[in-house]
Amino acid sequence: MKFTVQKLQLRQGTFLLEADLEVRGEVIGIFGSSGAGKTSLLEVVAGLRKRASGFIAVDDLVLMDRDGGIFLAPEQRGVGYVPQDLALFPHLSVRRNLAYGHKPAALSSGINLAHVAGVLEIEALLDRSIADLSGGQKQRVAFARALLASPRLLLMDEPLASLDQELKWKIIPYLKRIRDEFKIPMLYVSHSPDEVIELCDQVIVMRDGKCLRTRPPGEIFEAATSMALKPGIYRNAQ
Amino acid sequence: MNTEDAQAVGLTLGTAALSTLLIFPFGVALAWLLARKEWTGKSLVETVVALPLVMPPVATGLILLNLLGRHGPIGSFIGKIFGAEIVFTWKAVVAAMAVMSFPFLVRTVRLAFEEINPRLEQVARTLGASPARVFTTITLPLAARGMVAGAVWAFARALGEFGATILVAGNIPGRTTTMSVAIYSDIQLGQEGHAYGLMGLSAVLAFAAILFSNQFSKWGGTR
Repeated sequence: MKFTVQKLQLRQGTFLLEADLEVRGEVIGIFGSSGAGKTSLLEVVAGLRKRASGFIAVDDLVLMDRDGGIFLAPEQRGVGYVPQDLALFPHLSVRRNLAYGHKPAALSSGINLAHVAGVLEIEALLDRSIADLSGGQKQRVAFARALLASPRLLLMDEPLASLDQELKWKIIPYLKRIRDEFKIPMLYVSHSPDEVIELCDQVIVMRDGKCLRTRPPGEIFEAATSMALKPGIYRNAQ
Repeated sequence: MNTEDAQAVGLTLGTAALSTLLIFPFGVALAWLLARKEWTGKSLVETVVALPLVMPPVATGLILLNLLGRHGPIGSFIGKIFGAEIVFTWKAVVAAMAVMSFPFLVRTVRLAFEEINPRLEQVARTLGASPARVFTTITLPLAARGMVAGAVWAFARALGEFGATILVAGNIPGRTTTMSVAIYSDIQLGQEGHAYGLMGLSAVLAFAAILFSNQFSKWGGTR
């Protein structure tokens, strides 16, 4: 995937998000501390911030080009968005949550309910209500719902931030399965270096609304480069 | 209960139900606009809608009388188009109930919309749903309890309407005399037995409406 952002600007009160970058990678991490603008950037990509200006493209698809008068609505962008709070629909069963964005066209791409439910091990949960799920189960259902919309791009906004360390390391293998099995490009927001090292092949580092640099995770987290292959090296550093 | 009291009960229930039905779509639409959108004049509309809550009902009735009367802007328009009079008819009772209960509906439903996490609607959009589909499949079902509660509160408020009604619809037995007006009239005429009978019935109806609203909320909350 080639992720292109040019002259992006979004003002929210005194906060200004600015970005100008071009990154190639299959899982691109967006890394930074709280308030760096990571979620705002993701929301702009999802089409949820109408006031943003500039240019954003994923490969050859232009999502936004304000100068060219292009602004695709969220439903036209083909993104699978998993927000931090997951936003599962509480009045629908797991099955109906998954079916909400499921497109028949997805059958040709190999993404169907049985396949996704199998990969994420949620077959037994399909007829449950959302309120009856544990934290980890909710995470996997949210991933499955986003996948079943057959997105061209997955947007993950700190999906593991609310989990304790033990549960987090149980969920990361599922994210790897999504990456390796479905091969859908992903923008992965996190403030956790170990998640980024585990999952991403490129990292955008953000601070105070600016994109500081874009590098492979090994270069960003130099001190940990030699240990980066060891899963969970930062496990106790949070 | 004599015939006139029975007529008052029937008229009150019918007009309260009709006024609630009439204001419901407008109240829901306005509540959604107030909860979810920013627009010029929003504060002004919020204030105008809330006015009947704080103004003396008789003053609201006087405004309605001027608007709906034969020479009023709305009354004369309806007279020309439909040849119908509004004031001192059952239609005026419905109008008074609608205006007085509208703020109750809007406030309750607005709160219901505001309680819905906007993320749910945003995620639904990213899953390919149009704004209309998001509204019908996410927003409306999640606000349903609040909408029913709002309708019940509006209905209950309409049942007890007095001040605006007596000014704009008068007290014509069998035509515009509601339960509240009948109680007042019975007391004036020294028929206290009738008044207490209607008072008891009013209390039962209000109790049932609030009980239903509370039970419905609890049922919805434990789904």
